[in-house]
Amino acid sequence: MKKVSIIGAGPAGIEAASVLAKHGISVMLFEKSSSPLNNIMDKAYLFPNFQSAMEIADDLSGRLLNDKITLVPDTEIVDVKWQGTDWKLFDAKGQTYVSDVVLIATGYQVFDAKRKEELGYGIYKGVITSLEMEKMIKYNQILNVSGDIPKRIAFLQCVGSRDEKSGNHYCSKVCCVTAVKQAIEIKKMIPTVDISIFYMDLRMWGQGFEEMYRKAQEEYGINFVRGRISEAAATFDSRVQLKSEDTLMGVPLKMTADLLVLMVGMEPSAGTRNIASRCEICGDYGFVKTISPHLYDSETGKPGLFAAGTCKRPNCIEDTVNDARSAAYAIMEYLNTL
Amino acid sequence: MKIQVIPYNIFVIPFLVGVALLLVICLYKYIRWIGKFNKQQRDTIKKNWFSWKIFSAVWEMFREGLLHVKIFKKNFLLGVMHQAYALGWFLLIVVGFAESTLTMKYLQQENSVERVYQLENQGDWYVKEKGEGVIDELTLGNEEVSKINYKRPFYVSIFYRYFVHDVPSSFRNAHLFSNVMDGLLLYVFLGLTMAIIKIMYSRILGMRRTTRHTIVDRFSKFALWSIFPLRLLAESVTACLYGNGGFFTQTIGNLFDPMIVRGMEHSLWMFYSVMLSVFFVTLPFTRYMHIFTELFLIYFRKIGVKESNEKSGYTMFELNACSRCGVCIQGCPLDKELGNHKVQSVYLVRSIRNQERPGKIKMIADDCLMCDRCSVDCPVGIDLNAIRRIVRNKGTLDTKGNYSYVHENKYSFNAIGRIAYFGGCMSHLTPGITESMEKIFEAAGQKYWYMDKQRSVCCGRPLQQQGFLNQAAELREKNSDMIEKSGAVMLVTSCPICYRSFKTEYNLSIPVLHHTEYIDMLLKQDKIKVRKDDKKVSYHDPCELGRGCGIYEEPRSVLKRVTNLQKTRYQKDKSVCCGFNLGNTVLTVEQQTKICNASLKNLTSKPVDTVVTACPMCKKAFIRATNEYPVRDIAEVVAENLIN
Repeated sequence: MKKVSIIGAGPAGIEAASVLAKHGISVMLFEKSSSPLNNIMDKAYLFPNFQSAMEIADDLSGRLLNDKITLVPDTEIVDVKWQGTDWKLFDAKGQTYVSDVVLIATGYQVFDAKRKEELGYGIYKGVITSLEMEKMIKYNQILNVSGDIPKRIAFLQCVGSRDEKSGNHYCSKVCCVTAVKQAIEIKKMIPTVDISIFYMDLRMWGQGFEEMYRKAQEEYGINFVRGRISEAAATFDSRVQLKSEDTLMGVPLKMTADLLVLMVGMEPSAGTRNIASRCEICGDYGFVKTISPHLYDSETGKPGLFAAGTCKRPNCIEDTVNDARSAAYAIMEYLNTL
Repeated sequence: MKIQVIPYNIFVIPFLVGVALLLVICLYKYIRWIGKFNKQQRDTIKKNWFSWKIFSAVWEMFREGLLHVKIFKKNFLLGVMHQAYALGWFLLIVVGFAESTLTMKYLQQENSVERVYQLENQGDWYVKEKGEGVIDELTLGNEEVSKINYKRPFYVSIFYRYFVHDVPSSFRNAHLFSNVMDGLLLYVFLGLTMAIIKIMYSRILGMRRTTRHTIVDRFSKFALWSIFPLRLLAESVTACLYGNGGFFTQTIGNLFDPMIVRGMEHSLWMFYSVMLSVFFVTLPFTRYMHIFTELFLIYFRKIGVKESNEKSGYTMFELNACSRCGVCIQGCPLDKELGNHKVQSVYLVRSIRNQERPGKIKMIADDCLMCDRCSVDCPVGIDLNAIRRIVRNKGTLDTKGNYSYVHENKYSFNAIGRIAYFGGCMSHLTPGITESMEKIFEAAGQKYWYMDKQRSVCCGRPLQQQGFLNQAAELREKNSDMIEKSGAVMLVTSCPICYRSFKTEYNLSIPVLHHTEYIDMLLKQDKIKVRKDDKKVSYHDPCELGRGCGIYEEPRSVLKRVTNLQKTRYQKDKSVCCGFNLGNTVLTVEQQTKICNASLKNLTSKPVDTVVTACPMCKKAFIRATNEYPVRDIAEVVAENLIN
């Protein structure tokens, strides 16, 4: 009986597990925290169709109800070793597991905004991250530091992405559209609020994204300012003063906002970094490297070691789920050759 | 009849020619360089050329030129090697001179015709009547000799054993002298052996890497290295033939067969002389020029001569005082962490001195963090960063007017009696620091003027470091003007880069303090109260604050009061640069990060809870490099532990 181990019970891990289980393959699904789908639970609504994140999470969790899937929560896999014929997995408590195939689905974590100290995250209360804004939207509690309805909110794109100074040169792919989505949601809740989005360039790559962007400008009156925010400071009434430059107008710009939302990018999670370096499949920035992004994107080049989802690169949920499916089929093909 | 006796042999000719050329070339060079001193340096020399500082200069010449105390302190074995060469050879000359002088005196007292007769037979001495030509054996035997005058040209002490075979019995110290001279020769051999070991296994002498020398330098080194074995051989052969050696040369001499070596004696001494000559003639064109130049440099430095923005005569003395010992390579983060073995100060100094391609010189000068690590290590005390700045000097490029807009800003503030606080550009990117400083000012009840809170003018040092001197001066002028007109009584800054600029490049009439000094002062005067937490921290000495301004104790004193300071392996003047120093604009972020990781590794080699520094630049660098350790500025640590 062939056994597959999947590290990480996020969208990728769960989707791959469910596809494999449907084909009669037993799967061990390891999750380091007590429940699956933690990153999705942080979100309120998902772009581009404003579907509730809870719905997606419920649907995905339902797929776990299969005899062939064993969810192993509170188990952090810290090392995996190839033993000639199978893989041995070591968890943080010292227990070991053996399986024929390992699928890495360890995912991402968001960039720690404190590392960009000039933006004042962790110093000024009015500076929050996109995750915190998502939570505010989720609980319908969009308030400034004094507890009032905010009059002006500024979004800053590319915090910890496309940024040489923080060491991440890559684009995190989902932040542009997320900011547009959040801005529209805020506007729907508080029509009086004035929203500005500071961007380098907006990458509306997906289906429906461009339409959202157009709607944001035409229907919701959201301002888009091309320019980076160089520094933030607190005002006496705990609002945030921003210094920037409008690079289309070519003028320096100062603005006082109730909230500054930092669109934090995606970085490989600690688990991704660890497993990638231990298996010697470490690519750029600590992401997992696959054989080729075109035709062999699930295979890592090691026998029986596969990768899916955001442990390879920043990605949105739909692509992550599709990627997990293709990984599951690649695994089945591999198992047939054994 | 009065006769004169002069030691002479043909082999002294190469030696004499070498010495003469050495003197002429050195004199020519030194006079030319002194002529190139700029006006300010000339004025300093005119003012101070004869003052009590000469004594301290002579003392330093002795300590550094001969004893090599600084190298000893850095690296004991390397110190032994350098000292063996310098002091050993120096003493060989001095003791040899004393020996020959004293012996000649005894010969003179002896006043014996027999000895003159003997010397003449030996064939290496000229015996002549005063005022007349060479006299022959016959005349010597017949005439009555009233006075024998022993001439003693200076080269006698160099070839002494050859010329004086048997010492008059009345000179009792003869044995002592020959033994001492042998001892000194052995001492030099110790240095020589260590130098050879250093070439093969430099790590034994505590050097990760040695200097790559040019062919000319290597040739000269070969000449230098062959001098002492040749001298040993020549003296041993002479000792074999005449029994005038000390414990070392005589022992070796006794191993030889007199019949075999008799014919070799003259050629060995000749060879020794030729090698001396080769070394002397190549000396002014190689690194060995440092031997004399360092003494001049010490003198000039002691009387207050300083580097300027342009290459001057003083620069020439600095360049030539470099012995290329390679000590500057050992600590260089670019060498250690990036494996860049081409840009260390030793190569900068050499390429300028040898007038290599300007592009190459510029490349070397630009690829440097200006972290001052090599400057504090340099045993000769060359102002290496000043030399880099001379090369970086952009002159009139991007001419005046670029920054003239700063003067249009009529912003002024009445800060009479207050402290002026200058956060600095970098502190604006680390608001945690400026916020903490504001808290501390308030806790101390100190009125302050945050002069660059809204509109800031850079201190000018980043431009200065990159050679934009006019532009930097323009910014300094504006800031000085603002500070002086405000009536502030003290300037406190949070950025060591600004601090060094305000302290050394400005001419402010009020005291300038870095916030570590200021907080230390507040704590000592009990103006603020703090509690001590139970965290373990390591402290990173920022280059500009530590090596740059010598502030090592104040931050430590502050940290000991508020938290538990751990020692690190490389600290104080050995601290490893964070890699993001503004001095280097050539390094890529990846390279900077490599250096940063090395610096961080040093700070976290022992278990610590927090990494503490006193520079916004270093703070940002470390934050970038680690998710594992919290990185704080000293002001933040103090502000957290304030008791109201």
